[in-house]
Amino acid sequence: MTRIDYFVLPWYKKVLFRVTEFFKALGMGIAHFFMSIPGALAKFFKKIGGGFAWLGRTFVHGGILTKLSYIVMGAGSLFRGQIIKGLMYLAAEVAYFGFMIDTGFGFLAGLRNLGTVQRGWHFDESLGIDVLQDGDNSMLILLYGIFALFITVVFLFLWVQSIHSADTAERLKKAGKKLPGFVDDIKSLLDEQFHKTLLFIPVTGVVVFTIVPLVYMISLAFTNYDKDHQVPANLFTWIGLDNFKVILGSDSTIGHTFWPVLAWTLVWAVFATFLNYLLGIILAMLINKKGIRFKAFYRTLFVLAIAVPQFVSLLVMKNVLAEAGPVNVLLQELGWISSPLPFFTDPTWARVTVIIVDLWIGIPYTMLIVSGILMNIPEDLYEAARIDGASPFVMFTKITMPYVLFVTTPYLITQLVGNINNFNVIYFLTGGTPATLDYYQAGKTDLLVTWLYKLTVNSRDYSYAATIGILVFIICSLLSLITFRRSASYKNEEAFQ
Amino acid sequence: MKEDRFYSRSYSRQQKTVNIVIQIVLLVLGIIWILPLMWIILTSFRAEPGSYTSYFWPKGFTLDNYTRLLFEDQQFKFSQWFLNTFIVAVVSCIGSTFIVLAVSYALSRLRFKMRKPMMNIALILGMFPGFMSMVAIYYILKGLGLTENPLVCLTLVYISGSGLTYYIAKGFFDTIPKSLDESAYLDGATRSQVFFKITVPLSKPIIVYTVLTTFMAPWVDYIFPSMICGANYDSYTVALGMFKMLEREFIGAYYTQFAAGAVLVSIPIGALFIVMQKYYVGGVTGGAVKG
Repeated sequence: MTRIDYFVLPWYKKVLFRVTEFFKALGMGIAHFFMSIPGALAKFFKKIGGGFAWLGRTFVHGGILTKLSYIVMGAGSLFRGQIIKGLMYLAAEVAYFGFMIDTGFGFLAGLRNLGTVQRGWHFDESLGIDVLQDGDNSMLILLYGIFALFITVVFLFLWVQSIHSADTAERLKKAGKKLPGFVDDIKSLLDEQFHKTLLFIPVTGVVVFTIVPLVYMISLAFTNYDKDHQVPANLFTWIGLDNFKVILGSDSTIGHTFWPVLAWTLVWAVFATFLNYLLGIILAMLINKKGIRFKAFYRTLFVLAIAVPQFVSLLVMKNVLAEAGPVNVLLQELGWISSPLPFFTDPTWARVTVIIVDLWIGIPYTMLIVSGILMNIPEDLYEAARIDGASPFVMFTKITMPYVLFVTTPYLITQLVGNINNFNVIYFLTGGTPATLDYYQAGKTDLLVTWLYKLTVNSRDYSYAATIGILVFIICSLLSLITFRRSASYKNEEAFQ
Repeated sequence: MKEDRFYSRSYSRQQKTVNIVIQIVLLVLGIIWILPLMWIILTSFRAEPGSYTSYFWPKGFTLDNYTRLLFEDQQFKFSQWFLNTFIVAVVSCIGSTFIVLAVSYALSRLRFKMRKPMMNIALILGMFPGFMSMVAIYYILKGLGLTENPLVCLTLVYISGSGLTYYIAKGFFDTIPKSLDESAYLDGATRSQVFFKITVPLSKPIIVYTVLTTFMAPWVDYIFPSMICGANYDSYTVALGMFKMLEREFIGAYYTQFAAGAVLVSIPIGALFIVMQKYYVGGVTGGAVKG
């Protein structure tokens, strides 16, 4: 369809065209994503293969010292005069093997079936009675196993580095150049290798406190660590994809809980994000309109509402809207209602209420962000539109919205993902209530994340919680991926408009 | 000519009515937005105890709620919590600022092989629900023998987590002209010298922003402290403690004190937020304009 064809369409066909285009782009986005997986995998394995090829080549062509470095780390550096560096590599190797032989291999072996000895009463021959004997703690076995795996990865990295350094030393020697000493190495850490210095501590922190725990939780999704298999009294073990089957299937209460909670999470995220966005823009436009007085005063008023820490304002809102809270009391005194409004007790009311309260919290943020953008829109655009006789509504849809949307699309995406994971609003306002017997451990306003929290803290179904965490991750990453593709195709679309 | 003037006068009159209507709408909205805050401030000065009253304006005013909150510590130790949170906030904001600056500078200005993969990994990590891993973090901290001291745990985790929040600072570094660095390299400066002598002095706004946001985080975080602190009242943070005050058995007696606590926490945090808001706006939209 060409540009002219599009313009002569009646408005409803234009809308239809846009909607089909959107879904086409969405489908293309998903298809594109899945088609790009094999390519990425191939690239990844090619890189790994390249690494192994390099290791083999270096071993074949390298001198005796380089060959020795494959077994004794640091040999290539040590015997060529880089003594401190060589000793450090050697120390790393000794420490690693010391650790592995002492406990590490045991940790790794434990990963196979996460413990075998159940806690129970065993006959003690020396005492002649049954005693309670501690069994294996599957949770700690898993955690230590993952820990040992990470140590091994770090060691392998160092091993490759040591070979690399031996190889470089050999080449430099052959070329008759001077080898960099320890002082030179330190100096280069402040110059060419400065990124290593800067990133060492942050990366260590992220690995220890983010990646290792995440790997641990992800692996829990493939075990049966639920409330019937609590450590230390019981063992848990690998069960493959069974948790996913239970949660995604519809044979159990958990399956019956997952789909409605997912649906509500998506409804919530869409409403909370887009209503916030639209109303925030309108508010910003009202405040920034020419001829409105006390602009700064209004802006401060709204900013004050969000300057208060969120948990305070949410807890206050919870009390304001409670059954015996000020709003209900006031309305009853005025005689407008005879019984309190069920803000948090009726499922539908509760869902609408959390969205509205979220608007109360979110609109000022959008207002704040959009205000700055609105001031950047060139005034002559509006002037030209006014001369052509455009109504305020047309100017809003044809000038303001496209401009604002262009600048804030990334913000919108992060907001959407943030709302899917919006723990605070739900937890502090309703705590997931009203409760229902149809759901497993969840209430009618629970999002996937708050359900995850309840599964972890209340019922200790860690395996299900971890599975839901993975599903949330998949949803969020698909959403960001599709919206990213969508916005890229949006740019191409502009060529034809 | 005459007609033109007539038109413009009626047009402006029409505009005036529209503006008056908008003024009224804004005023009503403003009142809606500010009313809950007014209510909590009034409650904090209310002389009558209890969580709910059937009237908006308190019958008597008192400062008792504040003095009892701050100086009575049989049940709740608000001043202790306030101090705890303050210490955690100060230490973690210093540590986090260094980390955020280091990470964002390295990812923005230096070029190395792992740069793109690292940014992708950070992006992926950000999409997992945050507290999914908290149970595991707890056991790691226990393994390190730190759980006796929840405040140290909190600080450590806040600092180490800040390595993933580099986006805004990186966006800022991306805007500093590269020619500055290059001319310094030509004069023989090393990369670390460029970082300390050129980039950091130019980065005052983003340092202020980072310090403020990382300082505010411990005051408003609830989930992680609730995981770490357990029943250890002495090392609660304010968010955790104030949530405790609203539990069923306490809410009747302590609601007015909760309100006082809310006001006390909101004043410094709100002030910081107002200082910070212009950086916040620039940070959120700054990256988008270029991308």
